[in-house]
Amino acid sequence: MEQKPIIEIKNLKKRYRMGVIGGTTLRADWQSFWAKVQGKEDPNSIIGEERLKGQTFMALNGINLTVMPGEAVGVIGVNGAGKSTMLKLISRITAPSEGSITLRGKIACMLEVGTGFNPELTGRENVYMNGTILGMKKEEIDAKMDQIIEFSECRDFIDTPVKRYSSGMYVKLAFSVAAHLDSDIMIMDEVLAVGDIKFQKKCLTKMYEAAHTEGKTVLYVSHNMATIRQLCSRCIVLKEGKIIYDGNVEEAIKVYSDETISMTMGGKFPEISNGSPAATHTAKMLGYEILDRDNLVFTVPDKLKMRIHYNCFEDYDKEVIRCTLKYAGVNFTGTYFSEPFKITKGDNCHVDIEIDLSTITPGKYMGDLSMGFVDTERYLYHDDVINAFGFEVEENKNQQTIKWFPGSWGYSVLEPIHIVQVK
Amino acid sequence: MENKKEVVITASNKWLDFDLKETLEYKDLIVNFVTRNFKIAYKQTILGPVWLVLNPLVTSIIFTFIFGQFAGLSTDGVPQFLFYMAGNTLWNLCSTNTTNNSNIFGANAAVYGKIYFPRLTVPISQTISSVINFLIQFVALILIFGIYALKGDVAFSARMLLAPVFILHTAILSLAIGLVSSALCAKYRDFVYVLPLAVQLWMYVTPVVYTMDTTNGLMYKLLTINPMTPVMNNFKWAFLGSGHFMLESWIFSIVLTLVIAFIGLVLFSKVEKTFIDTV
Repeated sequence: MEQKPIIEIKNLKKRYRMGVIGGTTLRADWQSFWAKVQGKEDPNSIIGEERLKGQTFMALNGINLTVMPGEAVGVIGVNGAGKSTMLKLISRITAPSEGSITLRGKIACMLEVGTGFNPELTGRENVYMNGTILGMKKEEIDAKMDQIIEFSECRDFIDTPVKRYSSGMYVKLAFSVAAHLDSDIMIMDEVLAVGDIKFQKKCLTKMYEAAHTEGKTVLYVSHNMATIRQLCSRCIVLKEGKIIYDGNVEEAIKVYSDETISMTMGGKFPEISNGSPAATHTAKMLGYEILDRDNLVFTVPDKLKMRIHYNCFEDYDKEVIRCTLKYAGVNFTGTYFSEPFKITKGDNCHVDIEIDLSTITPGKYMGDLSMGFVDTERYLYHDDVINAFGFEVEENKNQQTIKWFPGSWGYSVLEPIHIVQVK
Repeated sequence: MENKKEVVITASNKWLDFDLKETLEYKDLIVNFVTRNFKIAYKQTILGPVWLVLNPLVTSIIFTFIFGQFAGLSTDGVPQFLFYMAGNTLWNLCSTNTTNNSNIFGANAAVYGKIYFPRLTVPISQTISSVINFLIQFVALILIFGIYALKGDVAFSARMLLAPVFILHTAILSLAIGLVSSALCAKYRDFVYVLPLAVQLWMYVTPVVYTMDTTNGLMYKLLTINPMTPVMNNFKWAFLGSGHFMLESWIFSIVLTLVIAFIGLVLFSKVEKTFIDTV
């Protein structure tokens, strides 16, 4: 028998009104209604058709998505891309403006942990409360109560009102209920990984089991690429209410990152540096320009030449420039340090640097730049700029190189292994 | 895949769009809501549910002074305190249930905004809670009735067995009106402020502190438009043995209650879909 998709989303749209939304006054509605009846212009509309159009905002603008049973789909996108709206629609918290969602299975939606928890009730009572809100039957909860308590690590306090709980215990108990839901589809927001690091790991393992061994269908929203990688077999990227990519996780993360990487041939740095707060600001980097080329797509063995403009307020003998590269803007790839050089007090100075890109893998990168000095063993900042510049490295088609998998092999190509002896 | 229930979510514009079967599947949730309501209401109080009884008791004492002694309103031969106590107890069910149900969307926005469950479970459990609270007060009322019966002022009768019919009617009517006004309160904030006033006025067009026998002609006719009038009157007729049974207007009231309940369901099911976008 051919398998039907467990989630089928067709041309899903959600429209919001901009500006003052919410409860209107009866008077305004009556005025509008009465004007309509009399065939007059609505006194409450804003003049001009254009503006009216501008008053609505499409949080989701035509989403099409098919998820087969057992798939674990990650959802990524910048803030405001429509991720939460999509989850809200799928979980039936609010209705779509257009389009349809077909769900073939029991859905467990966890946009928040501990919904319905009442501080006055004991842990055990809240497990029943929360469990039934999530759609469990009393017998189901009874059967799982022990597992839930065990998982939550709150056994000693289970008959104490949860208002006496520490915030950590509270979320642990809440997550445990959600994690033991019997459902076919799990919708999860990243907030779910809660508690201390040990418990977070436990949460992720639980989700991983749900997705991979129990064969549940998972829809997971996160900004944390590492957990997306860990959990999901497929990933969609949302942008301005539309799906701009659907497929392979690595590729999706790249598409997402490209959205956030800006590549320019030069630019000014922010007035107040966005980097390390420990910076002394005895030097201030003003901006950069890329030298000796007219584009930012490098192929090995190209070198990246750059001029950094700075103001210097004190003399330093051993100034060192540090440059950290981040693959796709999110994955730390490696750090370059310059040789020490001498700088003297003055405005609008510049230093030209050259970076060898031969050890990094093809892809888009963001670079952090800082100036400082090495004090015995630590690097101390004079100035630090995060995401100072962006560029791309392209595969050299003339050079026969091995196809690289950055997701599992990392983002830098280390020196070849030296064969000592073959027997 | 086995025969899993298929759910289709669309921008539905259907008139009456709610799933009673689904609501009933969540009966454990309703039970939990009801126990929660009861538990948290009196946690860390010394008197606990005694407060429930104290409330109509004190109101009735005040009424006895103001309406009974001072204004000298007729109670149709029933001891004044008992008369007001009976009226207050039933009215309390009507007014608190209406008010609480009206606030449903506002009070539950946090939960409604995070998770889906049949929204109707909340007003249903709210009404059950109100009825349970009423029953506690009703027990007190029966005890007071017993004291008066021992004194020989009143007597137990078979008619009293009819009282539950009117209690049920009150619960359904207040739920129905609560549903309508919950939708209105969610859409028009003005209603949040109108409501307490309206409920207060409603009490005075319901024979709580007076009897229908003291009203005449036009006044009587106008009062019977109020669906609560015959219910209150008939409750007193059954429980206290006062006044006359109002048949015609009670039948009218039953029909009106059903109509309001239907309108309430339509409005509620409409508002529940998207109200979270506007709170």
